[in-house]
Amino acid sequence: MSEKIKFTIDGKECIAKKGQYILEAALENGIYIPFLCNMKGVKPAGSCRLCNVKINGRNMTACTTPVAAGMEVESEIPELQELRLSIIEMLFVEGNHFCPSCEKSGNCELQALAYKFQMLVPRFPYEFPIKEVDASSPKLYIDRNRCIKCKRCIRNIKDENGKSYFAFYKRAHDVEICLDKELAATMSDELAQKAMDTCPVGAILRKEKGFDQPIGTRKFDKQAIGTDIISVVENINMEVKE
Amino acid sequence: MRTIINKIIEKFNRNEARLMDILLDVQAEFGLISGDAVTLIAEGLNISSVDVQQTISFYHFFSQKSRGKYTIYLNDSAVAYMMGRADIARTFEEECKCKFGSVTEDGQIGLFNTACIGMNDQEPAAIINGIVFPKLTESCVKDIVNGMKEGKSVPEMMGELGDGENSNKLLNSMVNNNIMKTGSVLFSDYKNGTAINKLVTMTPKEVIGEVKASHIRGLGGAGFPTGMKWDFCSMAEGDERFVLCNADEGEPGTFKDRVILTELPNLIFEGMTIAAYAIGAKEGILYLRQEYHYMKAYLESVLDKLREENYLGKDIAGKIGFNFDIRIQFGAGAYVCGEESALIESCEGKRGEPRNRPPFPVQKGYLQKPTVINNVETLCSVVKIIENGGEWFSMMGTKETAGTKLLSISGDCKYPGVYEVEWGIRIRDMLEMVGGEEAYAVQVSGPSGICISKKDFKRTICFEDLPSGGSIIIIGKERNLIKDIVCNFMDFFIDESCGSCVPCRSLPLILKNKLQKLLDGNGVMSDLTDLENWSKNMKAANRCGLGQTAANPILSTLKNFREDYEALIKNKEKDFDTGFNLDAAVAASCEAVGRNPQI
Repeated sequence: MSEKIKFTIDGKECIAKKGQYILEAALENGIYIPFLCNMKGVKPAGSCRLCNVKINGRNMTACTTPVAAGMEVESEIPELQELRLSIIEMLFVEGNHFCPSCEKSGNCELQALAYKFQMLVPRFPYEFPIKEVDASSPKLYIDRNRCIKCKRCIRNIKDENGKSYFAFYKRAHDVEICLDKELAATMSDELAQKAMDTCPVGAILRKEKGFDQPIGTRKFDKQAIGTDIISVVENINMEVKE
Repeated sequence: MRTIINKIIEKFNRNEARLMDILLDVQAEFGLISGDAVTLIAEGLNISSVDVQQTISFYHFFSQKSRGKYTIYLNDSAVAYMMGRADIARTFEEECKCKFGSVTEDGQIGLFNTACIGMNDQEPAAIINGIVFPKLTESCVKDIVNGMKEGKSVPEMMGELGDGENSNKLLNSMVNNNIMKTGSVLFSDYKNGTAINKLVTMTPKEVIGEVKASHIRGLGGAGFPTGMKWDFCSMAEGDERFVLCNADEGEPGTFKDRVILTELPNLIFEGMTIAAYAIGAKEGILYLRQEYHYMKAYLESVLDKLREENYLGKDIAGKIGFNFDIRIQFGAGAYVCGEESALIESCEGKRGEPRNRPPFPVQKGYLQKPTVINNVETLCSVVKIIENGGEWFSMMGTKETAGTKLLSISGDCKYPGVYEVEWGIRIRDMLEMVGGEEAYAVQVSGPSGICISKKDFKRTICFEDLPSGGSIIIIGKERNLIKDIVCNFMDFFIDESCGSCVPCRSLPLILKNKLQKLLDGNGVMSDLTDLENWSKNMKAANRCGLGQTAANPILSTLKNFREDYEALIKNKEKDFDTGFNLDAAVAASCEAVGRNPQI
């Protein structure tokens, strides 16, 4: 068994394996910290900035910061919740998100977070950008209107030699994801499904398949995001040798 | 094409981490990196095409389309505009019959904007096929374009060469140094090699001790204690270590590294050698911005000479087992690569996206090995610290900021140029020194720094008061602070964000649009509150220094020049958005359906 350390989130005592990231440890302790770019088993990117927490008065992303013994993490404080809401709003105004017509509605993490944070009208003006939909590959289509540039697909979808199917293109405000045409031509159905499931929003969708599960019965239709997290830490006092 | 590209890939041992060099060579050979070239490079390196494209499309000087036989990059920094950039741009467009951002119909001349090229003391300036043309006038623009139409080569169109080493045949540059004041550290008399000869008589621990005793702090802007950085790196676990020199000076308004690279390149390389000795590194990289590509042959010759003199290479200065060498890595146009971890990513052939910390570069840097990255000026100062001792250095400057600082001063002043001053100089005294007493505002440390008004001219430049990486821009009364300066800086950050963090990718444009709303006369008082609150989120939410400081132009002017903002709001009682233009909003649909609403 790897070494265990104690720390707190908003005053609640938690335990983590040494070297574990705060976000991962929080989830194991039954505490939800909002995130979009993070994914279990994938190297954290720290790019959506939603999981910003305060450690010693300093903002750090929980997905990229390892827990240290005795660390006091602040998460659900008004200042950070406000920051998170503003980031969700930014994502809504920089893209074109029309939930009612989206295949991912109900399974979309961005939509679920907007509900969780009770976003009404974003404080920022909508940009209504013109984005291209790329349907040139046989298995997937890429709807850049909905992409939140979280890089999950870039990090998670590789071929057997480790080659990337997805990558960023351009930079700054113009950054977008693109799919390697050559690799995409021979993509398996399984990998296509994995790519779609990796995407937190409806930017990567499978062709010739959709609306298998009726809207209204989907994951976040039934339960708010972050409410299904169960602590896997059984007995906090037993596990740490003082 | 296949043969040429394969040869280039072979030259870099089919090493994916040298993708930047491969792309630079391909771009130099063909003038662009075509789709076919991308496929060949991907094949040669056994990576996917999108992985090649992601690097190409990140950097401003890489191009997948031809940018003309003659490619003109005209600086669009705020100071360039102060010095008449708009007229120069207009003349280029009229003479070429083509707009900026495009290439003439015959494919001969390409006109492009570019961020600060490190020539703020001699603006307006452009880079044409790699050669810097400073102090452009309308008549010389006409001559240049005529020369291009006649098919002359760019070197044939050059005018008088600059001062000092600029006229060295390997540099062959029209740039002037404009060294206005020399001080007692960087520009003191020095015989090359003195510090290295002394270095090899010391132990690495003693070297670090001396650097610590000097209290020198990183001179790139962040001010981290250099001795501590070296100490951390020397203690970090790793079988190899690296020394990187950050010569990416991209902060608009700084050009001091340009002068050091031109006049004191030996100091830089000696400084890197000292760092290598202290931490136990065998390899060093000078990361040089593409804008200074004209220095390549000259700097290579300096490195060759150092190798001949046994100050680089094997058993340096006779010290058995002290082996170290340096290569030059060029960037390809990205301000964010001045951020140390982005610089490392770029050295590894990737997009210049800053890394998450921890781990820090001293723990896991270049190729995940412990790495020291220092600014050009820091490394040069270290040479003098080894020569004269840490205590000598620590006596200069202020309590918390020892030594001297090179300031790059430009804008509305009589004597723009480089000044070596002791830390702690008062803004008022500095203005007097440069003939800028009439200043309305002073931008300290570039767009990412702060903009101060007269009431702060009594303050001093040092880490305990006004920190500075060296860029000082003097703004005269005749300028429209919000329109000419703040908007220009925001445009800069909009273009230069790496695009990774949501707030840094998204907010600068939102903020800029808000400024435009105010400038259009549609602002209300609550817009100022929004500007302030939203700007604060930039600092709180982003990963790297770029994102955290990108709203500083707004925050510091809102604080120090609030009256300039309030003057833009006509009716201070109104609390609703007056910016909505119904005619403009329905124009597209009117055109589509062919009728107009009856309002």
